[in-house]
Amino acid sequence: MSGLFDLVVNNPLLLAEAALNGLLLGGVLALLALGLNLIFGVLDIVWIVYVDLAMLCMYLIYFTVQVYHWPLLAGAAAGIALGVVLGVAVHLLIITPILGSPPVNQLLATGGLLFFIQSLATFLWTTDHRSVRLTLPTIEVAGMFVSFARLIAFGLATGGLLFFIQSLATFLWTTDHRSVRLTLPTIEVAGMFVSFARLIAFGLAVLVMVGLYLFLTRTYIGTAIRAVSQDRGAMSLMGASPQRIYTVTSAVGGALAGVAAALLIIQYSVHPYFGAAFGPITFMICVLGGLGNMFGAFVASFIMSEIISIGGVAWSTEMGYVIAFALFIVLMFIRPGGIFAKRQ
Amino acid sequence: MLELSGISAGYGHFTALWDVALRVSAGEAVAVVGPNGAGKTTLLRVISGVIAPRTGSLTFEGAALTGRPAHEIVAHGIAHVPEGRRLFPGLTVADNLKMGAFLPSARKHFAESVERVYTLFPVLKERRTQRAGSLSGGEQQMLAIGRALMSRPKLILLDEPSMGLAPVMVLRLFDLIRRVRAEGYTILVVEQNVRQVLKLVDRAYLLEVGRIRMEGRADELAEQDFVRKAYVGL
Repeated sequence: MSGLFDLVVNNPLLLAEAALNGLLLGGVLALLALGLNLIFGVLDIVWIVYVDLAMLCMYLIYFTVQVYHWPLLAGAAAGIALGVVLGVAVHLLIITPILGSPPVNQLLATGGLLFFIQSLATFLWTTDHRSVRLTLPTIEVAGMFVSFARLIAFGLATGGLLFFIQSLATFLWTTDHRSVRLTLPTIEVAGMFVSFARLIAFGLAVLVMVGLYLFLTRTYIGTAIRAVSQDRGAMSLMGASPQRIYTVTSAVGGALAGVAAALLIIQYSVHPYFGAAFGPITFMICVLGGLGNMFGAFVASFIMSEIISIGGVAWSTEMGYVIAFALFIVLMFIRPGGIFAKRQ
Repeated sequence: MLELSGISAGYGHFTALWDVALRVSAGEAVAVVGPNGAGKTTLLRVISGVIAPRTGSLTFEGAALTGRPAHEIVAHGIAHVPEGRRLFPGLTVADNLKMGAFLPSARKHFAESVERVYTLFPVLKERRTQRAGSLSGGEQQMLAIGRALMSRPKLILLDEPSMGLAPVMVLRLFDLIRRVRAEGYTILVVEQNVRQVLKLVDRAYLLEVGRIRMEGRADELAEQDFVRKAYVGL
């Protein structure tokens, strides 16, 4: 624990900065986890492919904004629309025909789609990393700065794959710049900066989650979505077509992937294996919070992002991930149903 | 109002109902009684569209509903209070009632319907912000019936409403069902508690191993020897 101890004693500002970055990261992770969890709660199927759908939305936003020069908001809207279309398409084309099959087949089907999308994306767009980083001024928050270099390291930490970091770093600083119009702000070595893009992403993620909460608690269809997750059969006795509820749920889940894509593309580069970077952590958050438990997923997002962020500063990026996964395994032994499950 | 003829139905290779004919007129209360495994629940499931019959026809107020899915049949005015109540345990009492009014035609009258349910079952109003799963068995049954009323049905199907309730609560529940009936709803009820249910309804059918064995006025049926022996316990 020397790394953490050292951080607390010698560099509390750095610790605070890591915690802040963790919080900001948690917002976007929560968005992905809530989308995945929403679909699982209603359909009892884990969309392994979920983050890859977000990846496709990121590509769309990247191309509309960087290649066709749409305003960022229009690109984001297109990304969200694509998310809705993809969500409905996955449901109607992949899930509906296998709704009655054993769960493992359903899992494999969405897993197969994942490899298909990854391969297709690699084929179409190569493995170049592309991003729509906002060239907004970096800002100082409450005396804390976040160095840009570290910020990038944090972003990549969420990927948790060393080779990914290396290839992206190579890409960013030495070789091929044609796919990304990235203007790095000046890096202040001694000071620290908070990325404005990341703050915006966090704020919007929170806003969207409030919207999701109101949708699920105040509207008929939103309440029906929660009801179906508790008793599938009974909702049809209320006059709701199950197929309609499933489709609406998939569309909302897809829209959340689209929103997450818009918030991710201003912070991270997109590449065909983006789903491999964010998929496992998203799934882990859902399990940790209790599959289908929206509140649990929300809290678990911030637990995981803080561990990764603080662990990354105290030791190293990889260590942050090691700790997060180790804690996950331990918690699964103590609370197999998630952190908010009632003890059996 | 409701007419079934030649209905047979089952699950997989198992046939639960054989050539069942049944009729319910508007304003009537009708019971289907019989031992465990006679096919009573299956019969209600066929009527509400949870399972499709293999043969036979189902008409309600002149509309042919054979094989229609459950969510369409509710819209025709048949509400099913299923076996085991099937509430949404994590939702509040008020949200459960809201789900009862999911149909667009029912949503328009939500405020009026919910007042009506709260008048019938005042305890639901007191508990409206509680989770349905935290209610007692009797309260849960009231909520299940109240939720069914929210769709503004013409016919209510009740599947074993007294199941799992304490004897005192069973008597209270039958009183409440009488009050629901007095509101003008037509009721088709399935019960194992034969003695009580025959006091409640006008007519009854006796179902055994998937076939209608007998039908008649409730008071006459109660006098039948083997009904008394087998189900009333005399």
